[in-house]
Parts: sequence; C-alpha cells; structure tokens
Amino acid sequence: MKKVLALLLAALMLFSFAGCGKKGNDDDALGMSELPIAKVELKADFEVPDDFKIGFICLHDENSTYDLNFLNAVDAVQEALGLKDEQVLVKTQVPEGDDCYIAAKDLVDQGCSVIFANSFGHEDFMIRAAKEFPEVQFCHATGTKAHTEGLKNYHNAFASIYEGRYLAGIAAGMKLNEMIEAGKFEAKDAKIGYVGAFTYAEVISGYTSFYLGAKSVCPTVTMDVQFTGSWYDATEEKNAAEALIAKGCKLISQHADSMGAPSACENAGIPNVSYNGSTYDSCPETFIVSSRIDWAPYYEYIIKCAVKGEAIAADWCGGIAEGSVVLTGINLDVAADGTLEAIKKAVDDLKAGTVKVFDTKNFTVEGKALTTKLADVDTDAAFTPDTEAIKDGAFEESKHRSAPYFDLRIDGITLLNEKF
Amino acid sequence: MVNTKKAKAQLFHIVKREPLAWYYALLIRAAAIVLALIVSAVVITLLTEKNPIEVYASMINGAFGSSLRIWSLLQNIAILLCVSLAVTPAFKMRFWNCGAEGQVLVGGLATVSVMMFLGDKLPTPVLFLVMLIASVLAGVIWAVLPAVTKALWNTNETLFTLMMNYVAIQLVAFFLKTFVKNGSGVLSPMPQYGLPLLFGKAYLLNIVIVAILTVLVYIYLKYTKQGYEISVVGQSENTAKYIGINVKKVIVRTLVVSGALCGIAGLLIVGATNHTISTDTVGGRGFTAIMVSWLAKFNPIFMVFTTFLIVFLEKGSQQISTDFRIPNAISDIVTGIILFFVIGCEFFLQYKIVFAKSGKENA
Repeated sequence: MKKVLALLLAALMLFSFAGCGKKGNDDDALGMSELPIAKVELKADFEVPDDFKIGFICLHDENSTYDLNFLNAVDAVQEALGLKDEQVLVKTQVPEGDDCYIAAKDLVDQGCSVIFANSFGHEDFMIRAAKEFPEVQFCHATGTKAHTEGLKNYHNAFASIYEGRYLAGIAAGMKLNEMIEAGKFEAKDAKIGYVGAFTYAEVISGYTSFYLGAKSVCPTVTMDVQFTGSWYDATEEKNAAEALIAKGCKLISQHADSMGAPSACENAGIPNVSYNGSTYDSCPETFIVSSRIDWAPYYEYIIKCAVKGEAIAADWCGGIAEGSVVLTGINLDVAADGTLEAIKKAVDDLKAGTVKVFDTKNFTVEGKALTTKLADVDTDAAFTPDTEAIKDGAFEESKHRSAPYFDLRIDGITLLNEKF
Repeated sequence: MVNTKKAKAQLFHIVKREPLAWYYALLIRAAAIVLALIVSAVVITLLTEKNPIEVYASMINGAFGSSLRIWSLLQNIAILLCVSLAVTPAFKMRFWNCGAEGQVLVGGLATVSVMMFLGDKLPTPVLFLVMLIASVLAGVIWAVLPAVTKALWNTNETLFTLMMNYVAIQLVAFFLKTFVKNGSGVLSPMPQYGLPLLFGKAYLLNIVIVAILTVLVYIYLKYTKQGYEISVVGQSENTAKYIGINVKKVIVRTLVVSGALCGIAGLLIVGATNHTISTDTVGGRGFTAIMVSWLAKFNPIFMVFTTFLIVFLEKGSQQISTDFRIPNAISDIVTGIILFFVIGCEFFLQYKIVFAKSGKENA
C-alpha cells in the first residue's frame, strides 16, 4: 500500500512540474496598472511564403529571463505572421564557441534564410558563418562589429533600452520620495542598490540611465553598484542584493538574468525595479515595474526584409516608437501614487525630444559637466576610443552603433567592486 | 511454529552472480535500453502529447541527419573521449580525480595564452610545439599537485582536485578581465593561430589524435609494467607495497599521465576548435568523463561506445527541443531515464535476485 502511495505521489509531482511549464510576461495580472507605454502592435502587412524559414540561436533556455524574453518574442512574431512550427527553428543552450558556428551552419542546412543569435559571445562565430554563406542573412543582438565588418549579410541589433531604464528609474525615484514623506528615512539617505553583471558599457549605460531617471524626481538620490561577474548566477545575484540591502539601500534594481535579486528583495521587503520582464508572480509584495526589450518588432523587420529581398540595416536600434522598448504594468500595491501618470508624461517628453536621458546638464563626472567624450564605437584589439559622442549638450547613446557605448562613471554612483 | 517464523523471512535476497556469458550480458544491456525507451516514451507522451516514435526519429536525425551533424557528433565524441581517457588511469588506481574539468581548462588557458602572446612572434611549427608543451605542462601541474600531497601526506584527493577546478575557473576569469579591455569578458577567437586542418576537414585532426591516444592508453594500461602497477595499486595498496611497488611514485607518475592527457584535451578544445576561451569552455566534460570511464569499466575501447551513447543522447535531445519546441528540461529527462537504466542494468549483471520459495520446506 505504501508503495502504491509513493508511486502516486511521484506521478503527482511529475504532473505538477508539467503544470509549471508556461511562463510569460503577465502584463495584465491583477493588481497591475495598464501599460505605461501603449502597446505597438506588429503590422504583419506582408505575406510570408510557405517555404520561408528563420532560425534562432539562444545561449540558455526559458529558465533564464534574458532568453525567455527572446523566446516570447519568437512566439509573438510567429503568431502575428501566421508562421508554421516548421518555419521557426529554435536552438537553445548554444554555448559561445564553435558550437554556435555549427548551430548556424545546421540551420542553413535546414533551409533557414535568416538566422538570429542572442548572446554577445556568439558574434565572432556568426560572422564566420556569415562569410561562408553570403546568401543567408545573419542577425545578432547586442553585437558591435557589423558596422566595421562590412559584410552585406551580417547585422547587429539592439534597442534604446536606456530610455526604458530611465522611465523605470522615475518609478524608483517616486517610490523613494513616498518613503521619505512617510518618514521611513531622510532624503539624504535615499540610496538605490544595483546588481550588475559586468563592468561593461551595456550595464553601465543601463544603471546610469536608471539612476538619472530616479534623480529626475528625487534629487538627493545616490546609488551603489555591486557586480557579480556573470550574466546568470542566482546565488551571486541574491548575495549581492542582500549585501546592498545590508549597506542601507532602500530600493534595488538589477541587470543580470536570474531571479536572485528580486527574490532577495521579496524576502527582505525591499522594493524592486526589475528587468527583462515582470517578476510580479513571485514577488507581489515588492515588484514595482520592469523595463525590457521587445524583440518582436526586430524579428518582423528582418523577416520582412528577407521575404521582400530588401537589405537589412547593419545596425538597428529600436526605440519606444517601434515598440522595442517596453515597460510592464505597474504594481499598484507597491508603486507610489501618480507613478503611471509621471511615466506617461516622460514617455511623451522623450518622444518629443524635449527630454534627453544623457543630457549633460543632468550629470557631472568628477564634479565637472561634460563637453566632450570620445567613445569606443569601432571594436579593435586595443579598444581605442574613436568617436565623439557628445552633440548638442547630450551624450548620443546607440547612435553610432546599436549596442550601447556609454561607459562614463558619473558622480552620485559608487561602484563597490568591478568585474570584467 | 517454525513455519510462521519462516513466513516472516525476507521475500527475496541478492546473490552475487558467476561471470555471465558475453551474449547473455549483451542481452541484459539491450533489454535495459529497450525498457528505458519504453519508459521514456510513456513520459514523453504524458508530458508533451507528442508521438514518441517521432521523438526518437528526431533524436536519430539530430545525431546523424546530415554530414555536418555526423562530423559534429564525431568531434564531440573525440573531445569527451579524450577527457575520459585522461581520468581513466587515475580511476583505475582508485585515485578519485574529480579535477579533469580544471585540468583541461588550464590546458586551454595555456594554449590561448601562447596563441595570444606568441602567435605573431614565432614561426608556425614552433608555435604549435610551444602550444603543445604549454598545455601539457599546465594540465600536469594541475593534476600533480593533489597527487604529491596525497603521496606525501595522504590528503583527500577528491576534495583537492575538486577545489583546483575553481582555481582554474577563476584564473580564466582573471585572464579575460585583464586582457579583454572592453569589459565584455568575451575574447575574440584567433583562428589564424589555430592548429592546421587535416586534409582540409575541420575536426579530423582532433578525431585522429584521440583515436591514436585511445589505442595508446589501452596498450599502456593493459600491456605495460606501469599499467600493471596501476591496477595493483588500485586493487590493494598493501599488496602493491608487499610486492615492492613504490606506491607514492606510481600515484605521482599516473597523475602526470592523467594531467598530460587533460592538457591535450585543452589544446584540442581551444587550439583546434574554439580558438578562444571562456569559463564554460570545458562545459562539464570533466565530470561527464567520470561517468564515461566508469560505465566502460576503465576499458578505453569500451569507452568509445559509452562516449558515443552520451554524445548521441546529448545531440538527440537538442534536436528534440528544436523539432518539437519543447523545453530542454524534457529532453534532459529522457536522457536521464536512459542513463538510469543503462547504469542500473550493471547491477543485474553483477548480482541476481533470488526469491524465497515459500512452502517448499514444509513438504
């Protein structure tokens, strides 16, 4: 009898695991506001032939929030364009090495005319495949070499996610203001903690824009950044968040891909601004809002170009208008009153160009306002700065190439460690 | 009265078998695989509602479906087999070398360092020679340190070798931090300094080298005096001492062999395949190799088959998740079930279950 019971329990567990299979960006969960940035629907204004195939290469699988975000976009674009399963080939857990080149070649063998890879370290192997198959289009997220490589069939893509981070920063600043008004701490103690992966331009650009967003509503705010040295390390991210909380940080945000930091916040009751998608399901008491890149508009763009035989841009950087930069709904139980309205106004200002995220009036470096900055845009072995990035009183991020290159250490942000 | 006591006796007990005829052993193994496939099929159907026959077809297609896939399969077999060959002499000696991951990684680190700093300074043949020496030396150092402390002070080699993995990983992280100046932690590959292609075929060099190594290790373990000493030390250290074997010397010497082979694996992964390094370059092969070696009972020729089984399952399950758009976890479950049965059947090859014959004694 006991044995039967044990077997039943085992079977039950198996099925309950199966039940956990579906994850998504629960944009319209209960207790969440409407989307602060109105959703931009995919146009789907072209016919895709039945023999068209697109391949996707992902570093991890749906257990990483980073990859899940790409995979959700695959599903979205597949549905919008009415593609069959045989037309969309997804390879997950492809390491950043020769395996990526083999995966790309294999996708070519299976008849893909466009191949997309999602991790920085895939770049050189995608370029290698691109040189070998000039008739196939190779697209790569977060890469930096397309504009210097000069290949007709190799392209980089990113999004002006710094705008999304800036908007999420406004929600953070308003939450700090609310806590100051409630007498929880003094204005001078308003400190944000930030868990970053690497001390790398993409992360620096992200936390700086987040900080500037918070500072635009809470002028006394400061920020501590702790790096983990890994894009995905749940334990390290949790430890980093806990260390920041112990150091007196009143709110946490992160740029790393596990649930480590959000769950540490939920345990400690510290508000969290998330990234890559909503963490509302697991952290209903502390989740405020999350910014993320929606890759579906880019996927639609490359499919459209491939189908119509048009050239794909060497660098493509989607913004708010394209629907590439999105925010989840705001958790009304945690966010300060009026957050939704403030973000909506900021969206309009960013769209109109009256507010710029990296406006040199809003930050200083070593006490001085910035008038000139050479950024390292073209990748070379020595990583020499080569392009003037300040124009009309603002740092032009993602203008000279799609991947971020803002790597300034601005005043008000303290780096607790550095991890390259 | 006696009878009631008997009835409470154990329902069955386990008895060690006489060695089995080879065809009978083969039959048990085949039965295990068939059983594993049936159980996996049930699980697949329950979890994904896919046709299990199609799923198995997809696995086979993933491993053999095109010439590229077959090359990739052979390449992966070669690399995993090389690491497995490396751990085998140590395991045969009952020295639990759990540090192959780190030994291969430092071998790779040595290779990539030579490529990076001497690549444009040395003539090509000399460069390859320096790469080989550096990688072997690095692997040997990583393996010999725990061996020396084991020989001298009887330290626990499992812990020591395991810890050395983390040192190796951190060394690679430090290397990337120091020499990749943009902070991305990704080193661009340097194919211009890579080992040459054999007959213009990628991977063929790796495959040929590992095939030669397999034969050499087989001969070394089976037909040489040193190989004999390894198995005596593995069976009983006291016997070894009694017949005049210098156990300390054998431990250190065997780990030199083990480390050198790991170094070569590092050279093949970095110098001949990826031309760059990351902390995940070895990708857990150092641990998978332990299973390969055990499953093959430390016989290098059998290891070719066990490596094939593991790489086939890996390639096949990747194809399942692409073809059916199901999470990798499900293909990992299938792999897990198959390995469970294959390893489990080894038990039935060693032992048999004898059921108590109830009532017979009464008569």
